[in-house]
Amino acid sequence: MTGSNSIKRLELKELLNGLLFASPWIIGFCVFGLYPIGTAFYYSFCNVNLMGPSEWIGLSNYKEMFFVDEKFWISLYNTIYYIIIALPLQTILALGIALLLNTSIKYRSTFRTIFFLPSIVPQVASAIMWIWILNPRYGLVNTILRFFGFEGLPWLSSPEWAKPALILMGLWGIGYPIVIYLAGLQDVPIQLYEAAELDGASSFDKFRFVTLPFLSPVILFNVIMGLIGAFQYFTQAYLMTGGGPMNSTLFYALYLYQNAFEMLKMGYASGMAVILLFITLISTLLVFRSSARLVYYQE
Amino acid sequence: MSNRGYNYPTLVLIYLSLIVLGFFFFLPFYWVIISSLKDYRELFKIPPTWFPSRIMWINYPRALTYIPFLMYLKNTIYYCGFSIIGTLLSSSLVAYSLSRVRWRGREILFIFIISTMMIPFFVTMIPLFILFRHFGWINSYKPLIVPAFFGNPFYIFLLRQFFRTIPMDLSDSAKVDGANEFLIYSRIVLPLTKPALTVVVLFEFLGRWNDFTGPLIYLRDRELFPIALGLREFLSLYQAQWSLLMAASAVVTVPIVILFFFTQKTFIEGITFTGLKG
Repeated sequence: MTGSNSIKRLELKELLNGLLFASPWIIGFCVFGLYPIGTAFYYSFCNVNLMGPSEWIGLSNYKEMFFVDEKFWISLYNTIYYIIIALPLQTILALGIALLLNTSIKYRSTFRTIFFLPSIVPQVASAIMWIWILNPRYGLVNTILRFFGFEGLPWLSSPEWAKPALILMGLWGIGYPIVIYLAGLQDVPIQLYEAAELDGASSFDKFRFVTLPFLSPVILFNVIMGLIGAFQYFTQAYLMTGGGPMNSTLFYALYLYQNAFEMLKMGYASGMAVILLFITLISTLLVFRSSARLVYYQE
Repeated sequence: MSNRGYNYPTLVLIYLSLIVLGFFFFLPFYWVIISSLKDYRELFKIPPTWFPSRIMWINYPRALTYIPFLMYLKNTIYYCGFSIIGTLLSSSLVAYSLSRVRWRGREILFIFIISTMMIPFFVTMIPLFILFRHFGWINSYKPLIVPAFFGNPFYIFLLRQFFRTIPMDLSDSAKVDGANEFLIYSRIVLPLTKPALTVVVLFEFLGRWNDFTGPLIYLRDRELFPIALGLREFLSLYQAQWSLLMAASAVVTVPIVILFFFTQKTFIEGITFTGLKG
């Protein structure tokens, strides 16, 4: 049976080639993925000392986190608050703009560029810009509010308005979802709209029964990416408020960072990292699960 | 597109909404530019002016000399350059394995690689910091650049999808002529996927130019700072100099905007691709 032998040899050769070409990622994942995740679990049970060996302290970090440290819960609350308000707003606004762009308008690519540009501004630059834009006395936002006859708001300097200020700023940077939604909309088969029109469907019917089902996997993708990103909301809060005033913008990732690199409580911060991993996994799964009936896949 | 159904009033409404929304999206840019050109006293006038009464071009050279801008730029280009080389090499090799080599398990590996995209940066951050500290890599670019040489799931995904569109016959006939996989990879597949490689270069450049958290964790000396950290330093040193801060922020943003305008088509295609095939 030389034939099957040579097939086996070919298969083996392909397997070796495949693994060889994939080896950068396999090695990289072990060193920069698997190892640190495992170590994060281990560190979370330790008092990590950068100068000497780490000391095993059992569940102390978790006990402190859950039962002692108020700021842990504040940071979790702030993050969930941000997600619950910002993510739906961003999704609706991005979808709305994409729908407006997906019409027979002229200058579509000019409009698209205007909506997209804010998203490529470097985060540090946009943080600095927005500190000034949100300035209660001299900033753009309050100037507009006053123009329309409203009172200016204290924004970043008040515990009530700091989170809304960051949410407002987040609405400025929705270029990526807009572009993705727009492309998704252009994939909807035009015959379906025509058929719906023949059946006497209104614009809303067409949106509800044709556009939305076709777009649902794309929306799910964006929501999940947005969710994962929002749990790691860091740079803006770090630069613009440092977590203040009165911990109102102390987000989870920011507090994790502060524990690790400012208070040098690396064991405790590792505990927070482990919790973050679980929160991310569970919430992604929940979104997948709860959307299973709502999302329509072609084929 | 699906325009036939729109009557005149609807169309007017669409344009109006787009213009109003676009106006508000553009306004922050306008505000930053006029603020960067204002005289110090005019900047703190109430109500704020919508156009500078005296245009202070001098704010720009001043902002750029307040911080060692050229040094930061050099560091950023170094950081971007090596990251691009690293990720281009490694990601394309892995993508080749997942699309052009017929081996058992490649589909499972592919799904696995995609799912690792969900691992938050902050989960691996501390153990990696301690690991790199053991290596003596703190305060250098090594912790930021070396991982780029081991493939990035996002680019692996992108390149794999492109590699799959090349007919396998090309590989097979090259094999008959005695070419090995590496030769096919470097001489046939890579030259045929230049558009996809451009997308990778573009995204990686943008990602590293904007990267703040990585350099924040690993770099200590000012001499090493990339632009993102330099700008942060500017913010903490010259808090009240808002004209100069706006000028500096604008200068950091402009190269990205120019790059975007020149590569718009590739760029949009790249985003679209990942969003829709994901």
